[in-house]
Amino acid sequence: MSGPILAGVLLALPGFAAADELRRYAVVGDAIPEPLTARGDATRGRALVVERTSTCILCHNGPFPEQKFQGDLAPNLAGSGSRWSEGQLRLRLVDASSLNDATIMPSYYRVDHLMRVGPAWRGKPILSAEQIEDIVAYLVTLRE
Amino acid sequence: MRLAGIILVSALLTADAIGAEIPPAERRSGTSFMTPDTKAMQDDDTANPGMLWVLDGEKLWARKIGAADKACTDCHNDARTSMKGIAAHYPAFDKTLGRPVDLQGRINLCRVNQQRATPLAYESRELLALTAFVAQQSRGVAIETGSDPQLAPFIANGRELFMQRQGQLNLGCTNCHDDNWDKRLAGSAITQAHPTGYPLYRLEWQSLGSLQRRLRACMSGIRAQAYDFGAPELVELELYLMSRAKGVPLEAPAIRP
Ligand code: HEC
Ligand code: HEC
Repeated sequence: MSGPILAGVLLALPGFAAADELRRYAVVGDAIPEPLTARGDATRGRALVVERTSTCILCHNGPFPEQKFQGDLAPNLAGSGSRWSEGQLRLRLVDASSLNDATIMPSYYRVDHLMRVGPAWRGKPILSAEQIEDIVAYLVTLRE
Repeated sequence: MRLAGIILVSALLTADAIGAEIPPAERRSGTSFMTPDTKAMQDDDTANPGMLWVLDGEKLWARKIGAADKACTDCHNDARTSMKGIAAHYPAFDKTLGRPVDLQGRINLCRVNQQRATPLAYESRELLALTAFVAQQSRGVAIETGSDPQLAPFIANGRELFMQRQGQLNLGCTNCHDDNWDKRLAGSAITQAHPTGYPLYRLEWQSLGSLQRRLRACMSGIRAQAYDFGAPELVELELYLMSRAKGVPLEAPAIRP
């Protein structure tokens, strides 16, 4: 059930609780062309992707031969950078559910429309804007 | 009014079940996802650490306690006959409370009302031991929970909790246990979540633990606020899970990674 690709520019206004925490971003088509913050660092991005607390490799596998445990609930991350532009990858991390409301991929930069979030995580996005940019910087390097 | 509710609920259940629920012939215990080593440990009572709790439970079954100075045996005699198949029907509807109680809840009701003793704390060694001893008497018995029509609205609540997305990761139980049970979450096999072996010995816990403990662990895993032990929501989830596992044989105390 893929959502319609939004034409033109849509300014996403994060919900009330987050108004002063989340940065605003503009969605153009199926992408967020502009970085949320300063450009990321691909080396830090790779480290984040394989770190358990980032949750990526619970579901995904990818070119991480040193990682013994990787999930198979989601596409292999190898080649992400050839399949998607930087801006498309950014929106897929920020809010994959805006493209496909049935997806199991969490929205890493969204705090609204969530239920029963545990106290330790309440009101916070899963990843910070800086972490998203680091991961995007890494994913664009994954060309098959 | 109530009857109408039940009919509506069962209509909804039937309508929705078509998409999600795992058909009886495909239902598989968590055991079938384990390595041969772990399976062998579960199958051998001398290697299965859960049996230590069962032995404790057997002693507690015969111990007189409380203001009534009664033991479980005083009312139920030999558990090998009186408790055979009982766990396969739990959680069950309690007429006095007007809601379902799970096996642990039932044991505590007996402690309070019959033995006139204090209830045992969730996850205490004694409650796990008694529950394991009672559940073990149903090994090999197919799960039958949920046939009592009074349970219908509670099963429906449990199902709703199972379907609902929650937590910071915004996942529902169904996303993993209905849609992805043949896959792996990092190193762990995602099972069909049939509660066949509880209380069970989890290698990761280095202890026996209840189904409620397992449910709370999955809730924390998706970064949701876990319901408190004994909360009606956890009993409703248990009830839904048991009715969803209908026909699968019990195997308590099981082992899980
Ligand atoms: C709970 C499962 C889950 C988690 C956790 C998860 N993803 Fe995903 N991801 C998916 C699924 C499923 C898809 C397939 C597309 C869809 O369903 O929207 C996907 C798609 C993607 C895609 C597009 C892949 C392609 O080429 O088609 C990228 C890139 C991606 N994820 C990166 C990440 C990163 C980076 C993280 C961690 C920060 C992450 N994902 C965490 C489930 C997950
Ligand atoms: C992101 C995936 C995921 C979600 C969402 C999830 N679980 Fe689980 N669940 C697992 C995995 C993986 C295991 C096996 C863990 C292990 O053995 O290490 C498991 C185990 C279980 C078991 C134990 C089955 C057995 O054989 O003993 C039950 C019961 C269960 N989950 C119920 C639930 C319920 C109820 C929810 C929702 C509140 C839920 N799960 C949400 C992944 C998930």
